[in-house]
Amino acid sequence: MNTKPTEPQTSSRLHSVISSLADRLAGSVFILPTVLALLFLSIFPLIASLYVSLAKFDIAPGGFKLNFVGLENYKKLFEGSEGTHFLGKFAPSTPLTWIVFGVVVIALAIFMARYLLNARVSVSGLIGRMLLVFGLGLITWMLVHTLWNEGRLGTASITLVYVFVGIFFQYILGLSLAMLTVQRLPGRRFFRVIFLLPMMITPVGVAYMFRMLTDTSKGPFTPIWQAMGLTDFSWVNNAWGARTAILIGDVWQWTPFMFIVLVAALESQPVEPIEAATVDGANSWQIFQHITWPAILPVSMTLILIRLIEAFKIVDLPNVMTNGGPGTATQSLTYHAFINWRALNIGGSAAVAYMLLLLVTFFAMIFVNLIRQRTVETL
Amino acid sequence: MKRWFQSKSINTPSPVGAVLSYLVLGFWAFIILFPLYWLVVTSFKISSQVAEGPFYIPFIDFQPSLDAWKYILVGDLSNDTIRNFINTLIVAPASALIALILGATAAYALVRFEYRPRVGAIWTFIGCVVLSIVTISLGVPWQVAVAVSAAVFFILLQTIGRRFKRALGNNDIAFWMISQRMLPPVAVVIPIYILFQRLHLLDTYAALIITYVTSNLPIVIWLMRDYISTIPIELEECASIDGASRYRIFSSIVLPLAVPGLVATFLFVLVFTWNEYLLALFLSSAKVQTLPLTIVAQNATRGPQWWNMSVLILIMIVPVIVIAIILERYITRGLLIGAVKG
Repeated sequence: MNTKPTEPQTSSRLHSVISSLADRLAGSVFILPTVLALLFLSIFPLIASLYVSLAKFDIAPGGFKLNFVGLENYKKLFEGSEGTHFLGKFAPSTPLTWIVFGVVVIALAIFMARYLLNARVSVSGLIGRMLLVFGLGLITWMLVHTLWNEGRLGTASITLVYVFVGIFFQYILGLSLAMLTVQRLPGRRFFRVIFLLPMMITPVGVAYMFRMLTDTSKGPFTPIWQAMGLTDFSWVNNAWGARTAILIGDVWQWTPFMFIVLVAALESQPVEPIEAATVDGANSWQIFQHITWPAILPVSMTLILIRLIEAFKIVDLPNVMTNGGPGTATQSLTYHAFINWRALNIGGSAAVAYMLLLLVTFFAMIFVNLIRQRTVETL
Repeated sequence: MKRWFQSKSINTPSPVGAVLSYLVLGFWAFIILFPLYWLVVTSFKISSQVAEGPFYIPFIDFQPSLDAWKYILVGDLSNDTIRNFINTLIVAPASALIALILGATAAYALVRFEYRPRVGAIWTFIGCVVLSIVTISLGVPWQVAVAVSAAVFFILLQTIGRRFKRALGNNDIAFWMISQRMLPPVAVVIPIYILFQRLHLLDTYAALIITYVTSNLPIVIWLMRDYISTIPIELEECASIDGASRYRIFSSIVLPLAVPGLVATFLFVLVFTWNEYLLALFLSSAKVQTLPLTIVAQNATRGPQWWNMSVLILIMIVPVIVIAIILERYITRGLLIGAVKG
């Protein structure tokens, strides 16, 4: 009878030991499954495709063989016809080229000078900014020589156009529509479901659908083209027309992504600050600027970063709608990799993919380190 | 006159504002719905009606036909369609759910815990991975190679790995995670194919689900991280003082409050996996093919079979719309209000 009261005590002590141990391990328990899952399926493909990009792929009896060729695949991307395909056709410099390039260089120099005059200069910060200035300088050099005159955009620049123009419109449209549908309007749930629809269609399906819609002789807008005297006109013959068509498809498809996340962010915003501001006589623009915008800024930054990474991989729309044409005018980098891949130039394909990785990493790093941190931290 | 421009309460627009809102919403709804209407119309056409130019309204412009619907649902293609439909119904929700569970826990961990992985340990790890890959490619059985390099990793970790003081933070971990999505699928399909071939998992649900879970985890983590960081930490502190464990806090405070974010994120991952094409093309051959493959297969030697494609695209959207309608009401305002006041 004596032992009985002590029994719950020991078990509760054991229990508390276990639970405190479990609590101390909580940090690892929460994150380890994810880290292991990512390691399992990402490290191997990453290293394997890096090796493939340094090799020449050949069909051999009973399978394939890879011959190590070093940086050969990358070298090809910067010279000859592959160079024109990847970087674009460079036009000779004109005064305008120099003016635009000069303006960008001066802006970058001011950015650098402001950082150096700042007291908090660190080695990693300095190296990062030097890479940024160097990279942006090179990209500007490429763009000013390929955008106009006899220049022709390469797949790298075309991808940049898709990414930045697309994301700009998707975010603006997504935010406006989200702001409109969080109002207490009858039927707002109906609109929300409608606005989600494009995202639910498989990207290949969207691409085929837009190919139907943009057909100038059988598509639904044929009467409009005829009225404008554009019967023989085809998207496929006009580089910027074709790119616009692809961008419209991209915006149509991905605005819902921005929209729904922003709706959720606006909905989970506490009401009290807005109520207080209204009592104090703030107008709706002031409320948006000082309360709503700071509240949705972190989510917006994440959204833009995710879309940035995803948009760089655009391939279905150009592939299905225009087959990359006219010429190579609508080919994205992923499509470029895909063409090499289809031609069994697997090494060249992996090299393009790695250049894409470099480009995405560059912009994602800028975004995360400079824009995201600054905007989120100043709150 | 003034009352036309005045709103009665927060978030209730003024009458004029309401009219303007409806105009914009209606316009965008039209832009969304018109292409879908065109799909519906095309699905009732036969090939000559598509080829001869635009026809807009069934029974007035052209005589609708059920040929394409019959072909897909009860005709020659029905076995394929139904099998692939069921496959998609299994793979997409399963991967979305697993990714959501894993990703939400990891996101919570990244918001509320502090991790300081040592740079030395990471390099040791990468070195050991390279070691195992090199030994496998030299012909050593992979079980042995992995075991040996794991052993080497732990020995090095205990001896050298801890010497290096430099460590990374949570933001670096998060960036590493999102960077897993940066390589285009074209570049990774062959390695993934070989990986699953070696594991004898090709053409199984497991291969598709594992691939989809890992490829969507970064998105779940990034989206959930933002939602979770908006949850007031005071609530968790109170619960912690009352003696709740981290697990308890996570499951009964954080998760219920993050429901809008969880729902939105679930929808995305569901949609992404539902619609994924390239990985499915490689990882499935017959048994576990998904619907996007059926759609692309309609672009046959005779040119795209627009009517069949339209039917398939429409069939594919229906289940997702149903799920979206069911889940939409969870993305509602005010879940946090009561909690903050209390």
